[in-house]
Amino acid sequence: MMEPGLYHILTVSIALFFIGVMGFLTRRNLITMLMSLELILNSVNLNFIAFNKYVWPGKMDGLFFTIFIIAIAAAEAAVAIAIIINLYRSNQSIDVTNAEDLKY
Amino acid sequence: MNEFFSLMKSELVLTGIIFLLLFIKIGKGVKNETLLPLIQVLLLANFLFGFFLNKQGRLFGDMYYTTSLIVMQKNILNLGVYLISLVCADWLKKTQHLAEFFLLMLSALLGMFFMISSANLLIFYLSLELATIPVAAMANFDLEKKTSAEGAMKMILSSAFSSGILLFGISLIYGTTGSISLPQLGQLLDNSPLQILAFIFFFAAFAFKLSIVPFHLWTADVYEGSPIAVTSFLSVISKGAVAFIFMTMLFRVFQPMAHIWYQLVVVLAIATMVIGNLFALRQQNIKRFLAFSSIAQVGFILVAVSSNDPMGITSVVYFVLVYIFSNLAAFGVAAVITEKTGKENIDDYKGLYKTNPFLSWILALSLFSLAGIPPTAGFFGKLFLITAGSANANYWFIIVVALNLIVSLYYYLRVIRAVFMDKNDNPVEPVTISAPVRLGLLICGAGIVITGMLSWIYDYIYTLK
Repeated sequence: MMEPGLYHILTVSIALFFIGVMGFLTRRNLITMLMSLELILNSVNLNFIAFNKYVWPGKMDGLFFTIFIIAIAAAEAAVAIAIIINLYRSNQSIDVTNAEDLKY
Repeated sequence: MNEFFSLMKSELVLTGIIFLLLFIKIGKGVKNETLLPLIQVLLLANFLFGFFLNKQGRLFGDMYYTTSLIVMQKNILNLGVYLISLVCADWLKKTQHLAEFFLLMLSALLGMFFMISSANLLIFYLSLELATIPVAAMANFDLEKKTSAEGAMKMILSSAFSSGILLFGISLIYGTTGSISLPQLGQLLDNSPLQILAFIFFFAAFAFKLSIVPFHLWTADVYEGSPIAVTSFLSVISKGAVAFIFMTMLFRVFQPMAHIWYQLVVVLAIATMVIGNLFALRQQNIKRFLAFSSIAQVGFILVAVSSNDPMGITSVVYFVLVYIFSNLAAFGVAAVITEKTGKENIDDYKGLYKTNPFLSWILALSLFSLAGIPPTAGFFGKLFLITAGSANANYWFIIVVALNLIVSLYYYLRVIRAVFMDKNDNPVEPVTISAPVRLGLLICGAGIVITGMLSWIYDYIYTLK
């Protein structure tokens, strides 16, 4: 049984990052886009933790950063969902293709 | 203890104002007619207080630092917020949630202050979020309007996406150097491929916030959809603050990569100017027109960024000061006319001079300044930006910049022609301008004329280090 090392974790986190980017760019449902953003942020968290554990074991900066990212992501999601609810009130839909009054 | 207060003076005063507003809001309801003048006085006091008790130093284990140049940048931002509270007074008076609006706006300003002063990537990230999340909530302030919600949605999603990209860049920088302290990073970066990748992520996030060209698409929609007070805040204050920290990052932290980012900045400066100008040519809505013109202006800021010397920083700070006066004058006129008549189209501005000479002159002055025509301050701003940009003796680049200046002249003069020369059977009726708006417009107009004439302002900024 092989111990997971830094490269395994980095592979997972990069895959997670690009799955998030892909989801953000191709999905048309606003809630799913928010979920993709969370994937991006979680891949960053994974990166920080992995670097902290394997490369810089004596430092704490990466762990602190992760905690703050989790807190900020919650704040961001709260504001985003409030805006989406307001958009739903006027649009009756949370599909981005229905929110295209502003163009060019 | 005393040092703590004098170093964090701007932030502490602003926090005090935020709490005061919060208590006013929690307490018994105060009418907008009494609350707005109070806020204006508080903001003026905040701006004036910025000139006293200034010190240099570091706090919180080198996470926060301040210098006289940073204090100057904070004063410029304070001035901008005070002017917004004046020129957008008509819209502000009518809004139902005035106290909340200023709570959000001042929280964003507080975030910007911490962002300019940050000496650590953690503080930088936290303050960047504090500076963008409230603005997205502000963009949704016209709760009944569909476009306002749409603009806010576009803003929060693109800013969250860009901060995700920024964080990925920061995590790679942390992985390769083991540090998130900016002064240390300046020495630790050694241009390994992973660091260059990290830098590109980092740069892309800044490009989102500054609306540099491949990442500019959210700008025009958000500007058009949001209430005009928010649009002016976004286009002047947010952009200025991000430009300040962007220069610090490139010049101090990413100095070892200067030969890499120089190419990037030159190409993006040209792309930003050309695309901003070309799209501004075909706009009919005044807010959208000003949005694309602000994209083009960011291109000119990038010209000075490419210089990589202290003159670049000085010219950008000076340009942002001039830009605050000129852009807020233009937005102020647009705010008055939109608020009183509901007209936002440039065609509706035809024949404005016949009915509203005061507004027409202020609009003409601000557009001349944005275009960079000599007696106004905008000319000197552009002159210093381009002089700084020519430090690298890259003359074909300067020629392209000059050609873009000519294109921008065309579309600014198109609006002036509509205002002064075109005939219109149904012009904007004469509007009464309330006292605070008139004061704000006069300050902006005076700023446009005087800032260019007084050469010591530029020299003074140059002496601050």
